[in-house]
Amino acid sequence: MKEPLVFLSNVSFQYDSQERPALNGINLEVHEGEWLAIVGHNGSGKSTLARLLNGLHYPKEGTIAISGIQLTEETVWDVRRQIGMVFQNPDNQFVGTTVQDDVAFGLENNGIPADVMAERVVDALNKVNMASFLDQEPHHLSGGQKQRVAIAGVIALRPAIIILDEATSMLDPRGREEVIDTMMKLQDQEKITVISITHDLEEAAKADRIIVMNKGEIYREGTPEEIFQMDEELVELGLDIPFPVKISKQLREKGINLSRHYLTEEELVAELWTSHSKM
Amino acid sequence: MDISLQNVEYRYSVGTPFEHLAIADVSIDIPSGSYLAIIGHTGSGKSTVLQHLNALLKPTKGTVLIGSREIKAGRKEKNLKGVRKKVGIVFQFPEHQLFEETVEKDICFGPMNFGVSEEEAKRRARAAIFQVGLSEEILEKSPFDLSGGQMRRVAIAGVLAMDPECIVLDEPTAGLDPRGRKEIMDLFYRLHQERGLSTVLVTHSMEDAARYADEIVIMHKGKVRKKGSPKEIFSVPAELLELGLDVPEVVRFQMKLEQTFSTKFEKVCLSQDELTDMVASYLTGRTSL
Ligand SMILES: Nc1ncnc2c1ncn2[C@@H]1O[C@H](COP(=O)(O)OP(=O)(O)OP(=O)(O)O)[C@@H](O)[C@H]1O
Ligand SMILES: Nc1ncnc2c1ncn2[C@@H]1O[C@H](COP(=O)(O)OP(=O)(O)OP(=O)(O)O)[C@@H](O)[C@H]1O
Ligand SMILES: [Mg+2]
Ligand SMILES: [Mg+2]
Repeated sequence: MKEPLVFLSNVSFQYDSQERPALNGINLEVHEGEWLAIVGHNGSGKSTLARLLNGLHYPKEGTIAISGIQLTEETVWDVRRQIGMVFQNPDNQFVGTTVQDDVAFGLENNGIPADVMAERVVDALNKVNMASFLDQEPHHLSGGQKQRVAIAGVIALRPAIIILDEATSMLDPRGREEVIDTMMKLQDQEKITVISITHDLEEAAKADRIIVMNKGEIYREGTPEEIFQMDEELVELGLDIPFPVKISKQLREKGINLSRHYLTEEELVAELWTSHSKM
Repeated sequence: MDISLQNVEYRYSVGTPFEHLAIADVSIDIPSGSYLAIIGHTGSGKSTVLQHLNALLKPTKGTVLIGSREIKAGRKEKNLKGVRKKVGIVFQFPEHQLFEETVEKDICFGPMNFGVSEEEAKRRARAAIFQVGLSEEILEKSPFDLSGGQMRRVAIAGVLAMDPECIVLDEPTAGLDPRGRKEIMDLFYRLHQERGLSTVLVTHSMEDAARYADEIVIMHKGKVRKKGSPKEIFSVPAELLELGLDVPEVVRFQMKLEQTFSTKFEKVCLSQDELTDMVASYLTGRTSL
């Protein structure tokens, strides 16, 4: 098997101002082309993990390697070139005075020629439906528009690894779905690896793999099917039971036979149809 | 305290090349003690509307009535403290309302600014921090050393500690973990019912709009497109989908069932319980035929 693109071995980290570690003994491998969702309660260490991958902090213990390069103060710039990150609050991320300058900024830094750059900027803004805002100041946008521009920034950059930290939290449900679908297409076409931190369980359900963080540790790792079988345990972890599972349970309580709890609405409707259509 | 927007227009950066008409001819009534949800596509003007509710923005046309106070376009408005005390806003980005050295000072700032004693403000801060699901030790921390969801909770605690008559929430659950989302929305609803707080909620969660609101306003391209009860709004899914919006997941599920079974139920269900009751009795009826 190929070596993992992202490799964390026994990583721990503590902020100076805190009494407890924010991350504790993290072991994780992410493979090329994979879509990994990270879920977990507020303060469980998700954003801290993202900052460590990007070399914004360094582990107090353990090692991180990206594409086989061990992440240190010497290698951090090489590593960062491979990673595009969208932060939880887009305001902290804007550097350009116009939307197009902002999206172009990362490309300029990576030495992309001007004509390619212009094309990519417009293409990326088109992909998130923000092409009509080219000359707007990023700080003077609505919440959802800001998030779209921040996402366009990494789309234009086409890095090997994209890290999304609740990047779609302010989008309307359909906008969110569109943006995630766009990213999934990109991931597929360009073999990009995506690590998506999210509280949106519907989005997490689309991932190849999910890790559940709890109090700075990886509590569980598995496919969406495996994770969402956890049921009430999810609620204890600050998460929730997916909607189709809740409906399955209630229908059972109300006397409807179901062979199992379904993860998607389509599967549930299909079973209801096959077991109740003998007319 | 009743609040009302009458034919409100707002332009950002008037007189500059960046002048931007964000909302136009918006009229909304928020009677005392009501729960209003505002939904709409990205950029439709929801946050702009909200900032008129405590005169953070002043209309470039039209009038805003906040209790007995009238805010009119083109007029200088002085001493808005009374209004700010009565209407507490939780902003879309929590960072925008945190600024003190410690969480405790941050939460105490609002109440003390409105004349509450330090002792009482601290008491309120402690109570509020528990209400939003955080522990006491966080009071001594810097609000900027917190996770995104913890910041959100502190920002909410700050507004609760002001003890406002009207609470205005701009996507208050963005960044909260799923359990926290439900707990905080239930908390707002309890306060709404127990203290008769007027509540205005901007949300992308159609589930929350359906579950909690008495009335829903749909904003579209800076204008009010439609108003109605949750039942009225979500009974016409096609219209919502056309506006780029969604229906609550229960309604979506009901639509899928209706399509598969080629049937139409007599009502649109807005809660899981209502839906599973109806579906269970429908399915039992079918097989016992
Ligand atoms: N800049 C910082 N300085 C000090 N402590 C911090 C800082 N950022 C986060 N922490 C603390 O580290 C822990 C982990 O925070 P982190 O931001 O990684 O959580 P998270 O899982 O991203 O949470 P959320 O879902 O709320 O965004 C929390 O206890 C938090 O208070
Ligand atoms: N400070 C500003 N200066 C100029 N234009 C602005 C400013 N803030 C918002 N706008 C513009 O006004 C319009 C309405 O923005 P508003 O923030 O009210 O939208 P919204 O409905 O809250 O959207 P979202 O769901 O994305 O938060 C948008 O087109 C936006 O680009
Ligand atoms: Mg975070
Ligand atoms: Mg907004």
